[in-house]
Order: sequence, then C-alpha cells, then structure tokens
Amino acid sequence: MSAMTSSGAPLVLVEDVHTYYGKSHILHGVSLSIGPGEVVGLLGRNGVGKSTTLKTIMGLVQPSQGKVMLEGNPISDMPPHKLARLGIGYVPEDRRIFRLLTVMENLRTGLDRDGVTDEKKRALLDKVFTYFPRLAERRNQAGGTLSGGEQQMLAIARAMMLEPKIILLDEPTEGLMPRMVSQIQNIIEVLHKEDVAILLVEQNVPLTLAASQRVYIMEKGQVRHHCAASAIDVHDPVIKQYLGVYRVIHFF
Amino acid sequence: MTTAPLDKAMPFKKAGLSHTAIYWMSFCAVMAVLIVAPLVLPEFWRRFLTEVLIWGLLAMSSDLLIGYTGMISFGHSAFFGLGMYGAAAALLLFSPPNLWLAIVFGLIGAAIVGLFVAYFSTRLRDIYFAITTLIFSQIFYVIIFTWTSVTGGENGLIFTRPHFSIPFLVDARFTSSTMHWFVLAVVTGSYLILRRVTQSPFGMVLQSIRENEARTRAIGYPVQRYKIAAVMLSGLFAGLAGVLYAIQNEFAAPDFVYFITSGDTVIFNVMGGIGTLVGPIVGAGFFQLLRELMARIFGDQFPYLVPLGFIFIGMIIFLPQGLLGFARRWLNR
Amino acid sequence: MIQTLNGIVTGMILALVASGLTLIFGIMDVVNFAHGELFMLGAYIGVIVLTATGSFWLALVLAALVVAILGAAMQIVTLRPLIGRDPLTTILATFGISLILQNYVLWQFGPVSRKISEPITAHFNLFYLEYPWYRLLIAALSALIIGGFWLFLKHGKYGIWIRATTQDRVMAQAMGIPVPWVYTGVFAIGAGLAAASGVLFAPLAGVSHTMGLDWVLKAFIVVVVGGMGNLGGSIAAAIFISLLESYASIWVNPSQAVIVSFVVLILTLLFRPTGLFVPTPK
Repeated sequence: MSAMTSSGAPLVLVEDVHTYYGKSHILHGVSLSIGPGEVVGLLGRNGVGKSTTLKTIMGLVQPSQGKVMLEGNPISDMPPHKLARLGIGYVPEDRRIFRLLTVMENLRTGLDRDGVTDEKKRALLDKVFTYFPRLAERRNQAGGTLSGGEQQMLAIARAMMLEPKIILLDEPTEGLMPRMVSQIQNIIEVLHKEDVAILLVEQNVPLTLAASQRVYIMEKGQVRHHCAASAIDVHDPVIKQYLGVYRVIHFF
Repeated sequence: MTTAPLDKAMPFKKAGLSHTAIYWMSFCAVMAVLIVAPLVLPEFWRRFLTEVLIWGLLAMSSDLLIGYTGMISFGHSAFFGLGMYGAAAALLLFSPPNLWLAIVFGLIGAAIVGLFVAYFSTRLRDIYFAITTLIFSQIFYVIIFTWTSVTGGENGLIFTRPHFSIPFLVDARFTSSTMHWFVLAVVTGSYLILRRVTQSPFGMVLQSIRENEARTRAIGYPVQRYKIAAVMLSGLFAGLAGVLYAIQNEFAAPDFVYFITSGDTVIFNVMGGIGTLVGPIVGAGFFQLLRELMARIFGDQFPYLVPLGFIFIGMIIFLPQGLLGFARRWLNR
Repeated sequence: MIQTLNGIVTGMILALVASGLTLIFGIMDVVNFAHGELFMLGAYIGVIVLTATGSFWLALVLAALVVAILGAAMQIVTLRPLIGRDPLTTILATFGISLILQNYVLWQFGPVSRKISEPITAHFNLFYLEYPWYRLLIAALSALIIGGFWLFLKHGKYGIWIRATTQDRVMAQAMGIPVPWVYTGVFAIGAGLAAASGVLFAPLAGVSHTMGLDWVLKAFIVVVVGGMGNLGGSIAAAIFISLLESYASIWVNPSQAVIVSFVVLILTLLFRPTGLFVPTPK
C-alpha cells in the first residue's frame, strides 16, 4: 500500500478547505494532496464540489478557511495569473478556449511568457503539434470553428504551453466520442511520463481508475474515501455507494 | 401553561415607542428647526437654506430613479430647466404674474420633456440609459441656447417674482422668510408624496425592478411602462424644483440646462445616500456648505470642484452608501 | 466639396476619440466620462510643448505619453477598487475625475480659449478650391494611428492578451495573463488616443477648458450609433455623422448643425438600438 502516500513532500496540498459561493457552503473541509508527477483522480456525483475544488486550487475562488499549498508555499490568496506562471495549468469544464482567437493565438496565450527562448517555443509547439496533428492542420483557424473534441485538445495543449508542474483537468471526456476518450487517456499517459502531475476530475470511472495512481471520492463537499486506484475496480461497493450504480461502458 | 405577559416579549411596546412614533417625532423635530431657521439666520444664510431645499427637491426627484428603480439619470437638468423656463413663460406672458400658473406651466414643460426622454431612453438599460439621458439633456440645452427669440438664448429670461395669492383670501409679496416657508411647504409635501409612492405597490414594483429586472419582467410586469412612469414622476418633481428656483431667483438661464446640473444632482444623491429620499437633500446641503466654506477660506476663484471631486470619488469608493445610507432601511419602513 | 473634406477630417478625429472610448468600454466595461477631459488635457499639453519647443511632432508624442501615464494612474487609483462593483459606479467615478480635471485646467489657464497655429500653413488646390494641407494631414494621421492600433491588436503579444481578456477574463488569467494590468494598459492606451486627437484638433479651433464636453458628447453618440464596443462601427459612425453635420452647416449655423447627430441618435434608438453599423443580431 505504499501507493497510498507519495514519497517526499506533496506538490499540491489542500488542507481543510471551506469555500462558499455567496451564502452557499460548497466545500466543507476538503483535504487532499498530489505528489510531483502523480496522476490523482477525483470522483463524485454532480454537484459535490469537484469543480469548486479545482477552482479553489487555481485561485479563481478564495477559500474562507483552510490552506492551499504549492510546493510548500501557501497560495490561497494569490491571483490566478500568478499561479499559472508558477506552474498550475487549468483545463476547465466546457473547455473555454478563446473562440475568436486562432488556434495559434490560443497557444500563444500560454507560450508568450518571460524567459522562454524562441527555440524553446518552437520545441513546445512542435511537441504539441506532434501529439495533436489536427491542431497543426487548423492552426490558423478560429477556435470557435473547431469541433468539440478538437477544442478539448486545444484546451489541453494550451495548458501544456505553460510547461506546468500540474494540470487540473475538469471532466475532459465529457461529451466526447469514445475514440476521443482514448486519445485523452493517451495524453494523460504522455503527460505522466513527462512528470507533469494531474488532478483529474471525471465522471468516467474506468478511465479514471486506469489512468490514476490514487483516487479521492467526494460527496457533499467533503472527501469520503481515498485509496490507490489499483485497490478498487468499477464494481467495488465504494463506487456504488458514492456514485450510484455505474453502467460500465467499454472503452478499450 | 401560562403565556408570559406580552410586554416582556416586546420591550419596545413597553417603552411606548414604535418605529412610526420615532420617525414622526424626528420628522417634526427637523421641521421645527427648518421653520424657525429663517427667523434666526442672517439674510445670506436664509437664502442659502432655501436654495439647499430647492436643490434637495431636485436631488430627491432623482433618487426615485437612482435609489428606488436603479436607473441613473443624467437628464435631470432638462426637467429642471424646462420647469424653470415653463414658469418663466407663465410669468412673462400673463400679467399680473401668477404663482399658480407658473407652477402649472412649469410642470407641463417638465412633463413634456419627461415623456420625450422616457420614451426613448427607457428602451435601453443601465449604462446606455444613463448616456442617453445625458445626450437628451444636452439636446434641450442646445435648443434653448440657440432658440434665442423664444428663450433669450445665452442671456436667459428675467422676470418678477409673483405674489403669493389665493383669490379672495390673500395677496402678499414674498419676503425671504415667507419664500422660505413656501419652498419648505412644497418640498415637504413632495417628500411626503414621494414617500407614499415608494411605499405603495407601484413603488414596490420599482424596487423589484432595481433588484432584478429580468425576474420582474418574467413575473409579468410591463417593466417598460413602469420605467416610463418612474421617469415622468421623477421629471415632474424635478420640474417643480425648477419652478421654485425661477420664482426664488427671478431669472431663467440655459446654464441650468447644461448637463453639469445633472451631474451635481447625481453628486448630491451619492453623497447623501441613495434610496433614502431625505439623503439627497442632506447631500445637497453638505455639498453647498463645503463649497461655501471653501469660497470663504480660499477665495472666490478657488476651483472648489477640485477638492469636492476628490471627496466625491473617495465617497464612491469608501462610503458608497452616502451620509445617510446607514439609515436607509429605517427611513423606508 | 469643402464640406465633404471638412466632414471627413472632423470625422477622422472624432473616430480617433471614439475609438479610445469604445476600446475602454468594450474591453473593460467602463464608460469613461473623463474621456473628453483627457482629450482636452492632451490639447493643452500639446500647446505647452509646442510653444516651448516649436515642434509639433514632439508635442503630439509627449502629450499622448503624459496623458497615457495619467490615465494609468487614474485607473489604478480610482477604477481598480471598483472592479466587481455595480458598473454604474465607474460612470460616477469617471464623472468625478472629469470635474476635477476640467476645473483644474480652468484654474490654471483661465477661461479664455487659446489658439495655436497650424504647423503647415500651405494650401493646395483641389479643383477650383484652396484647401489647407494641414487638415488633410490630420485626417491622414488619425487614420494612421487608428490603423496602427488595429495592427497592434491583431498581431502583437499584447494585442493577443487584450483580445483574450475581452473574450474570457477568467481563462485569460488562468493562462497567466496579468488581467489587472491589461486593464490599466487599455485605459492608458485609450487615454493616449484621446490626447493625440486633442493635439491634432487644437490648431483647428484653439483650446479651452470646455472643449472636452462637446467632443465627449459627440463621441458617446458615435459609440452608441456605431454599436457599443464595436471599433469598426464607431469609425464608420464617426465619419457618417461628421459628414452629415458638415453638409448641414451649409444651411444652418454650426451650433445648430449639432442637432443632426441628435437626430441620428434618436433614429438609431428607434429602429436599430444595437447600432446602425452592426449586423442585425440573430
């Protein structure tokens, strides 16, 4: 069970975080950790606060209580643009690419950073275009003209331009065809090989269990279960308890 | 099972003072002060106070829109100006100059402008509404400024103050004290009317438009009609202020139709506290007082609007509810 | 014929002023009431620099720079604290600033308007008319500045930042774009554009502390008629309205020709409230 604890200090640590939207108490003391290069899954029904957890880490929402740490430094009151530069990439639900900017310009929002040489930029672009050849074809097209799957690719590619230490992925497979879902899984594997940590929020349980080292399961704004991904499978009673009966769809 | 004596549960009742009682007591106290004032103040301050009341009426009319319906208008200078010129028309056309006709003419003038402005600008929301009212007030300024044959153009119109006359009863000239009392009566009456309006079902709808226009519309209220009514009502009282100003000062000038007057009005509203009706009157007083003080300390040429501008901005950032804003709920019950 | 040229010239300057206004509104959702005063300040600074150095170009550049910096300072001090509040508070705040600026200038320079001479006084012959070169130069410069700015928006790194921020403020931040500074930058650019127009306009009619008011009003009309936040629309509307006014002044005197813009506004509000030059929303 050594997969339960990550070796060394965690990359991202969330400790007893409470978050409100106005008067709604969404997160009731969430705690989790992600180690460097780890893929961690976050499962739960709709509305339990998974997206809010990601948004809190990204600084888009301030926690009213609790701590969020990046590499041991507190980050809960830092603005999102600083966090992006410190190495947190964010791929939101519904992608939210810049529809009126071209694919290239979308990528440039992450690429045009201080201290990045032109060579490095070219290398990053090459890499991303190799993984996402469709984006290369459409590089001068406006983001809004891409299909749903391509937009998802763009959203991930854009975050990769930041050379992040961790990427927060919010339901990347939502609304995608099965063929694209396996592409997403490939990307996650690639990122993992490159030592990029991932916090994966997903409704797709088999994918999450296959891609992650550890999983957290949330319910009603709290973490209720935490284990190694290898310790459970889709039929596990824990899954049934917190996610309801899960209809297994084969993706492989 | 006995129930505790009622007055233990309601200490207020025991003390004998309900909200209504306290409210009316304070109202009477303030009125008493304002009535006695001209008897003890020197001439300059007497007129000063009267003018503050007139500007206060203008600002109060604007509060109906800003504080209760949530629409910022920069067009009040047009209503004020047309009230002023309307009164001027009555006072110049009819001999002997008649007070009541002046009021009627002024209100009609303001109503016409109100209808015109309301019709066009209520088609737009928020910022666009504010800009459109501004533009319209400027339209009227240009018309008045250039139609020299009718309005006297740049020089405005001069006329004599009418007597206070009720047929068969009274016919007396106004002294600065009686003028003050007349203005006080009109302003107080307006306040009471506006207060009734804001607490009426109509007023409630206006406030719900302020809170959430979309929802109010979804419930089924013809929001646009309510808005037009609000603008016109507001315009009427603003016009009334214009009439009072004309009578008090015996001239009408295009300067007052320039949008600066609208701007000043908004400043009085913000400084005094929107949504309180009396707040803007206090705001007007506060502004004029500061201005007078600065003129006395620094001399006439001093651009008093510079420090006042800073104070205004400071209040928007740090004290957005204005001087009386803290009492907003209390004043509206 | 002269009217057409005059119309185009004033139209271009108006377009420049309106561009700054529409930029600030489209990107930051701020209605900048002080825009006319920034225009006026630009003109005054231009006059000062011109009388001190004799160089018109230096006046243009310096005025734009100084006012841009002032604009940035204004945004940081008064508008940043108001982000997230009711957008109407920004109207009030910028109105307060316009009062301060206007009265400060009145205090320092007095109420009399000043004239400065045109940098190029030669005329040229167009058909049978003499038309001052300078006016054409203004139109050309305005077009150049607007064009340059358009390119900047389309291509530069900062242009991308601005466009991204306009489309999705939250995601722009998530991509590392320092959005609060983008806002400051946009405001500064808008202010600089206004100042530049002020300097360009100054030789045409002199400077006075109230010049901002007339222009800002017209600029607002242009922005509403052109479609709020629509840069191309504002430019088209500016030229359109100026041309109409120019023709109107053949029959009525100039202060009444202003009614034309009001009429256009009313018609627009009646029939096409989203803007005359905007494609009908579906």
